[in-house]
Amino acid sequence: MTDVSNSGKLGEPLERLDGPAKVTGTARYAFEQPVDDPLYLHPLQADIARGRVVTIDTSPAEALSGVHTVLTHENAESLNSGVDVELAVLQSPEIGYRGQVIGAVVADTQEIAAHAAGLVEVTYERHPHDTVFRSDDEIVYTPDSSDPMIGEDLDQGDVDGALAAAEHAVDATYTTPAEYNNPMEPHAAIAVWAEAELTLYDSNQGSYTVRDMIAPTLGLDPQRVHVFAPHVGGGFGSKGVPHAHVVLAALAARKLEGRPVKCALSRRQMFSLVGYRPPTRQRVRLGADSAGRLTATEHSALEQTSRVKEYAEQSASAARNMYVSANRRVTNELATLDVPVPTWMRAPGEAGGMYALETAMDEMALTCGVDPVEFRVRNEPERAPESGLPFSSRNLVSCLRQGAASFGWNDRDPEPGVREENGWLLGTGVAAATFPSFSIPGSKATIGYEPGGYYRVEIGAVDLGTGSRTALSQIAAEALEVPVEVVRLHLGSTEQPRASLAGGSSGTASWGSTIVQAAHEFRAEHGAEPAEGAETTAKAASNPAVGEYAMNAYGAQFAEVAVNTDTGEIRVPRMLGVFAAGRIVNARTARSQFLGGMTMGLSMALHEHGVFDGRFGHVVNHDFAGYHIAGNADVGSVEVSWLDEHDPHVNPMGIKGIGEIGIVGVAAAIGNAARHATGIRIRELPLTPEKFLT
Amino acid sequence: MKPFDYQRADDADSAIATVSGDPEARYIGGGTNLVDHMKLGITEPEKLVDITRLPYDSVETLPDGGVRVGATVRNSDLAASHVIRQRYPVLAQALLAGASGQLRNLATTGGNLLQRTRCSYFQDTSTPCNKREPGTGCSALEGWNRYHAILGASEHCVATNPSDMAVALAALDATVLVQGQRGQRRIPVTELHRLPGDEPERDSVLEHGELITAVELPAPSENARSAYRKVRDRASYAFALVSVAAVVEVSEGAISHARIALGGLAHKPWRATAAEEALRGAPATEEAFRDAAEAELAEARTLRDNAFKIPMTRNTLSAVLRELTRQEGA
Repeated sequence: MTDVSNSGKLGEPLERLDGPAKVTGTARYAFEQPVDDPLYLHPLQADIARGRVVTIDTSPAEALSGVHTVLTHENAESLNSGVDVELAVLQSPEIGYRGQVIGAVVADTQEIAAHAAGLVEVTYERHPHDTVFRSDDEIVYTPDSSDPMIGEDLDQGDVDGALAAAEHAVDATYTTPAEYNNPMEPHAAIAVWAEAELTLYDSNQGSYTVRDMIAPTLGLDPQRVHVFAPHVGGGFGSKGVPHAHVVLAALAARKLEGRPVKCALSRRQMFSLVGYRPPTRQRVRLGADSAGRLTATEHSALEQTSRVKEYAEQSASAARNMYVSANRRVTNELATLDVPVPTWMRAPGEAGGMYALETAMDEMALTCGVDPVEFRVRNEPERAPESGLPFSSRNLVSCLRQGAASFGWNDRDPEPGVREENGWLLGTGVAAATFPSFSIPGSKATIGYEPGGYYRVEIGAVDLGTGSRTALSQIAAEALEVPVEVVRLHLGSTEQPRASLAGGSSGTASWGSTIVQAAHEFRAEHGAEPAEGAETTAKAASNPAVGEYAMNAYGAQFAEVAVNTDTGEIRVPRMLGVFAAGRIVNARTARSQFLGGMTMGLSMALHEHGVFDGRFGHVVNHDFAGYHIAGNADVGSVEVSWLDEHDPHVNPMGIKGIGEIGIVGVAAAIGNAARHATGIRIRELPLTPEKFLT
Repeated sequence: MKPFDYQRADDADSAIATVSGDPEARYIGGGTNLVDHMKLGITEPEKLVDITRLPYDSVETLPDGGVRVGATVRNSDLAASHVIRQRYPVLAQALLAGASGQLRNLATTGGNLLQRTRCSYFQDTSTPCNKREPGTGCSALEGWNRYHAILGASEHCVATNPSDMAVALAALDATVLVQGQRGQRRIPVTELHRLPGDEPERDSVLEHGELITAVELPAPSENARSAYRKVRDRASYAFALVSVAAVVEVSEGAISHARIALGGLAHKPWRATAAEEALRGAPATEEAFRDAAEAELAEARTLRDNAFKIPMTRNTLSAVLRELTRQEGA
């Protein structure tokens, strides 16, 4: 028998298999991959928000010793038309946002490349630009609902009538700022051309996604593009699709054939080149009857998008199915501006949307005179309100009840602004969390039996640092009914079978289902005692329950907040999250995921704020001194727990994604706690000290 | 980064001669600010003279009871110094409120005094800035100016001095010792930094080539209490929205002596002389603290995003004085 704590069965806290490699620094990330004689690329970025490049004089840069080439729209090769606009780099002199790539210097060292980039002389024709997020009709539109990522606006029942007739009503507008994905490992890529084949060492969330997008951009058969991402230091959505720098590196390496080209973006460059969570403005209207049951729910969200490429965040989407409400209207609109392209950032839609909805729920609970936990329980639906489908599992009430008991909620005095200790006002708050349980079909896995009694499991998935490698090994071990020690998992590249990207908290469920299917087929073909060399490749069966059940993870977030009576400084000494997210594959890595999500939610609540300057069109605070992310000193006690949830429908393992639900609800819980502490209701993130100054 | 020459100075005279004779040469101490600027293209010196091996790395007690802090003493060492913690708690607290542990391990006393503003526009060569490029305009004036000055600013520049340490030194009446080609001079720390006026590109009164060699702290008064309070957006590693350094003496319930400096409000550590005047002889009451703050802030001029600094300064100053006088009375 193996050690219980390391037997690797599902649910056990198996240590990360790649932990020793990471803590000793031998795990190689994209930029660290050994390549012969590399060159270094530094992107040139536009200094204006809209217009065109008139002249670009690269000769001072090219004259510098060590510079190999300067790519611009004047000398870059033509890319296939019709590709993603972010990838169509250097195809024209047009500029659609400040920070857009207008060139690239390739040199012997990063320092020379950066210095040379500063020597390139650019003149522009400036066009009027507009980068100020607001709700003016001239920039607002409803996105095309034919896009599968964009649900059509919802209008059920008679919202206006129900609101007019409601015993209690809340009508409030909430705003969230632009927030920036800043994974610990910045975006980086190495491009190597050899014999008309491109190899990319790239920090991404899906090596096949990178291949699928880069190959057509360069006019290549996808088989000629090889993408490796053996270790990735986080992405939060920003590495879900490749960005301009990957194409730049590939173009440069093709031009300088024989020399690998490395490109690592700086933090500053990441503020315009790899996406961000767009700012939102959300109006929530709720109506309730005298018993504290919602009769009307309206959530209308406006989000920012870029004029050069539409990205439609869906901030209001959770309101479709969260609570009882016979009358319901949910709309999402976009404001189009001359700004960098937004993208996914941890729980896109839900993170910002549930801030608004769960703050409004707090406001409504107070209006109705009902405890905020009880108010949510009272409005718990039996079936998904929009579709009428049964839930595959929904244990929000248990999360709320168990969380309330653990947190000490039940002795709470609802009176605001009355608990002061040593100059700090104390309060507590709660919010619910939800995130869809996605499973992306189409992945394949190969299982082979190797000399020495090992099972080789291959899947082209990416481990963002969350522990996928470990969790998938556990799933394989359980499915094969062997100890985890005899499983050797290979992932991270297009050398393994095709796998979906790590996004939407779908990875472990999607890849795990595929591995389970492969294990079952392997056993069916080769039995319990396979011959060496036995091998099976399988594709995950599609889940017949999709479309029959509403599938989501749920959680309850509790926060204690202290606000300084003199300075308005706000601190969060204590948080508790209780989650219902199906079966937990690895208690250790799952706990880290929830902790990380909740910490990011704390950061969202108190700190994160990308400030656009409308005159220049850039994010003014585009570095870590100006863009604040919660530091260790900001994080107090964070407790995480989860229910023993059995969901027979989501997938063969009964697991739901957990990467994103940890952040959802945190900002609302903290804001609600701040209101309880001070009596001041803030409807605008982040919760900075001046908002509590009296 | 533009290529540059680097040399390590073995003695002060030759270092001073080298830098004085070359307008493109600069001293480098810890480099925690200068190297950032070189990477960002804010400054492009052709020669760096490293002064960290010069014999200015000790904290000495002076015969009169004061303390001399060498210019190359690291911020972390100064904060940990027994004599500083015992006799000048306001300084130790200010040092520990600054930057991060990693930066404090490298940053020097002289370099900390001469660090430049963290104004986002100053730090971004793609936007106009009178401090970086005189005559181009001030982007912060009509831009994002939440961190900017409300006291002593001009139409040319509204940047703030970012140092915590310097605010404490201003409240302590410290003196800066400077060595130049024409010999040594002593500058009260309150006169080291300039207000922006119409020459915001000049941060201090130092001439090119002058080298800070030490900072002297006068002997502390036995009855004095001191404290540094920094208000910032997160609990660590953030510049001050507002900070207060105060040294206070109380006698029979009244304030007999107060020295106060404010951070985050001006182009220099702001010695709050009007507040000091208002407090002299005043009873240690909340009303007196607030009156003192109001007196100091009477001339404050706020911008789009920083009006909160007025109530925040008033409240923070009151809180610090309340705390110091409560300790004294207890």
